[in-house]
Amino acid sequence: MKPLALAASLCAAAAAAAHAETLDIGMMLTLSGPPAALGQHIRNGFELALAERGGRLGGFDVNLIVVDDELKPDVAVGKAKALVERDGADIVVGTVFSNVMMAVFKPVIESGVVLVSPNAGPAPLAGRGCHPHYFNTAWQNDANHEVLGQHAANQGYQSIILMAPNYQAGKDAMAGVKRYFDGEVADEIFTQLGQLDFSAELARIAAAKPDAVYAFMPGGMGVNLVRQYDQAGVGLPFLSAFTVDETTLPATQDAALGLYGGTQWTRDLDNPINAAFVTGYEAAYGAAPSLYASQGYDTALILDAALTAAGTADADALSAALKAVEAPVTRGDFRFGPNNFPVQDYYLAQAAKEGDAYVMHKVATIFEDHADAYAAACKM
Amino acid sequence: MRALAVLAALAAAPPVLEGLGAGFWVVTLSRALIFALAAMALQFVLGRGGLVCFGFAAFMGIGAYAVGIAYAQGVEDALVVFPLAMLAAGGFAALTGLVALRTRGVHFIMITLAFGQMAYFAVTALSAYGGDDGMTLWSRSTLGGFGWIEGRWPFYYVALGAAAGAWALLRALGASRFGRVIDGARQNPARMAALGFDVRRAQLAAYALSGALGGLAGALLANHAEYLSPAYMSWRRSGELIVMVVLGGAASLGGAGFGALVVVALEEALSGWTQHWRIAMGLIVLAVALFAREGLAGALARLRR
Amino acid sequence: MSLTLLAVQALNGLQLGLLLFLIAAGLTLVFGVMDFINLAHGAQYITGAYLAVFFYGHTGHFGAALGLALLAALALGLVLEALVYRRLYHRPHLDQVLATFGVILILTEGARALFGPSPLSLPRPEILSGAVPLMDGLNYPVWRLAIIAAGLAAALGLWLLVRRTRLGMQLRAGADDAEMIGALGVDVARLFRAVFGLGAMLAGFAGAMAAPVLAVEPDMGDGVLILAFVVIVIGGVGSIRGALAAALLVGLVDTLGRSLSTDVARLFLSPSAANDAGPAVASMLVYVVMAAVLFARPQGLFPVKAQ
Repeated sequence: MKPLALAASLCAAAAAAAHAETLDIGMMLTLSGPPAALGQHIRNGFELALAERGGRLGGFDVNLIVVDDELKPDVAVGKAKALVERDGADIVVGTVFSNVMMAVFKPVIESGVVLVSPNAGPAPLAGRGCHPHYFNTAWQNDANHEVLGQHAANQGYQSIILMAPNYQAGKDAMAGVKRYFDGEVADEIFTQLGQLDFSAELARIAAAKPDAVYAFMPGGMGVNLVRQYDQAGVGLPFLSAFTVDETTLPATQDAALGLYGGTQWTRDLDNPINAAFVTGYEAAYGAAPSLYASQGYDTALILDAALTAAGTADADALSAALKAVEAPVTRGDFRFGPNNFPVQDYYLAQAAKEGDAYVMHKVATIFEDHADAYAAACKM
Repeated sequence: MRALAVLAALAAAPPVLEGLGAGFWVVTLSRALIFALAAMALQFVLGRGGLVCFGFAAFMGIGAYAVGIAYAQGVEDALVVFPLAMLAAGGFAALTGLVALRTRGVHFIMITLAFGQMAYFAVTALSAYGGDDGMTLWSRSTLGGFGWIEGRWPFYYVALGAAAGAWALLRALGASRFGRVIDGARQNPARMAALGFDVRRAQLAAYALSGALGGLAGALLANHAEYLSPAYMSWRRSGELIVMVVLGGAASLGGAGFGALVVVALEEALSGWTQHWRIAMGLIVLAVALFAREGLAGALARLRR
Repeated sequence: MSLTLLAVQALNGLQLGLLLFLIAAGLTLVFGVMDFINLAHGAQYITGAYLAVFFYGHTGHFGAALGLALLAALALGLVLEALVYRRLYHRPHLDQVLATFGVILILTEGARALFGPSPLSLPRPEILSGAVPLMDGLNYPVWRLAIIAAGLAAALGLWLLVRRTRLGMQLRAGADDAEMIGALGVDVARLFRAVFGLGAMLAGFAGAMAAPVLAVEPDMGDGVLILAFVVIVIGGVGSIRGALAAALLVGLVDTLGRSLSTDVARLFLSPSAANDAGPAVASMLVYVVMAAVLFARPQGLFPVKAQ
């Protein structure tokens, strides 16, 4: 019911302000398959912000064109081309996953529009492949993993075991952890993408007896891992990124309590925008927002500020405005670094139960004003 | 004559679509033509040869990766990479065919699936070429250093030319003695062998040729998307290709090509209509399977009668 | 690798194998007796899982959810049989592939539309939710032992059915020559319905049993379907004994392979190359085994049709 009301108010707002200029924003997210919750949260956050502003960003009426990339890069390429060539998108917001990001980067950028990523932040686009028209409002992929590496070092763990799916993001995750962890990596376990049964890997971990376990297992894989980890009773500190958060907690529930995650946002960050966001999200969608939802919301706020400053969606002008933007968002004050990736604080969070809901609570601040490791390689 | 009419219609499509303000459909049609090429190649072994290959996507993937790996090494000329793609895919088909063609029926299906999966996992492990994430082609294949297929229309006509060429080649082969040997091998291999034909060799040749054409389709697909990934070789893709062929009509070359065009166009049209377009697609596929015995081409032929 | 670890891996492989058996048993019967390629069998597996989640939501009791899910899976299977599959028994395999592909699209997208794309969960029943200590710091969940027990019980039940009952006799004869038994007066249509319903229920049972351990989502059936086909081909189409042997083989090879492959690769390659090669080889292992079996014994381990 709530999302319907939201959509209705968006339509009403758009109809009422018929004489304002219209902006076509193409939004490409993964809305199907096991990780669909991530895309859905980002979309919800963005649409919530849009509805709160009467369907307008920066003085423009926004026509939001939402497209599902199905986590298939080759499908996404065709749809991205459709967005910019057929639907005439003035700005593209996307994507959730890094492989899709790498695939659609070329067609979108070459068509001359600004590309804002509300999630995926692959290393090449933060470093050598950076582009004046490409921005990321969430984090660089390694960052949330670096948080756990630093935390493990802080805790004085001597040895840890790393576990991630065997694809680029998984390898980047391990690299991020190792960048800040100074102890011994007892083992690097690569699992199959889409693997659902971790009994073999858990047996290995139990046999090796490390001080802690680190896992990067997005989507349905993470749900399975967490539940099986709980059932197996391994009992070691469980560090993770993108594995334990409000998109998977509804499924893992009690099994996830006490597990750690690395993040740039939690619901208990103390500022008025965040408080209003959490309340508004829960009222509109009946579920606790995740970091992805906050990213969608913040992207809208940042675009609002930049569009107001630039007065146009023209790529060069908007890019200049975005580079200079310093807007208050749900995670505090926001600014881009020289490579158009955020420079921000990162926290250690832990899964807890709040009433009937399962949420992530901030435990400690691990990094302050942290820039990513690839900024120096970006020659912009 | 019907073939010429179809060719003329397809050749006239870009200006017509542009005039109707639907110029973007040229991109979709290019993709459809590439899959039509693949579907026709598959039909040659599946419909004609009776060999249900469940690993055809691997041939396309190998062709795509030939282009990608060459690109990474700085080789971009189409006159080099397209034949390379065909050679690589055809070679893979020949090698795996040597083993697979010793089996029949469902075992052949499973062995080809196994080889397809092995190719998929092998390519996924190539982290140097992006592994599971795939790799972007920053420019399409060139011709003498010139970006001949960078534009939407030029690419379309090249894809159309490739599909038409494949159609002509497969049709000529099918009508030849070779084609009759393949037919006979499908219907009764024992009898063909008794008549003195080397059934195994003929089937292997057909299989290798089919693979080579699949490689060409893959090379074109990589150029079309300017991107390649292991997903091009997944068993789901192989399944989708079989669906295209059977939906259109496994008995005829044109039917398979038509099936591919229909599936790609339907996907594009339906997905713009509803998020749950797969249900509509599934119902259509089911309806064709239940009520159109020879696929869509067969149904059309019956309507004409 | 310690002996305890090996024992744990073997148990895991056994559990995976028996789950695969539950799915493959129905598939091999349907293929063997009815000569029907049912790609949508994986959808039956998903259905069992979703129905269990659904009924648990309404009853709050696992046993009731399981029972209701089985009945509903059976009903769905019979409805599909009557509406769709019955028309396809005498059609060529390719037509069956096309039709069942369409059914997969409808069922999985339908599940996504009805239940949403996010993974759902199903809690284990209270009495079976504990864990037994198997090695220092590792508890083996009782539920997984329950899956093993259930799989073995189902195997025993099927053996009794096939060897000791009239229906079983018809099944065995039908797998050999369905036309003949029709000529001998057996109601082949009823037999087919029984086979289909049995297969659907077994697959649905596997889905419901797996739901507490795995995440319930629309795409959970894909990988399982392919493995099930591998199992029935290795075992011999139409043979339940073959399905059991092959499923256990595949389960053990896959599990042990996954845990050993990277270590073995590290003996020959650099660590980063081993990290690439190990998982790739592990994934291929099952298919290599299948190819080897087909090469040596093309009809499978326990062929049914005397050819």
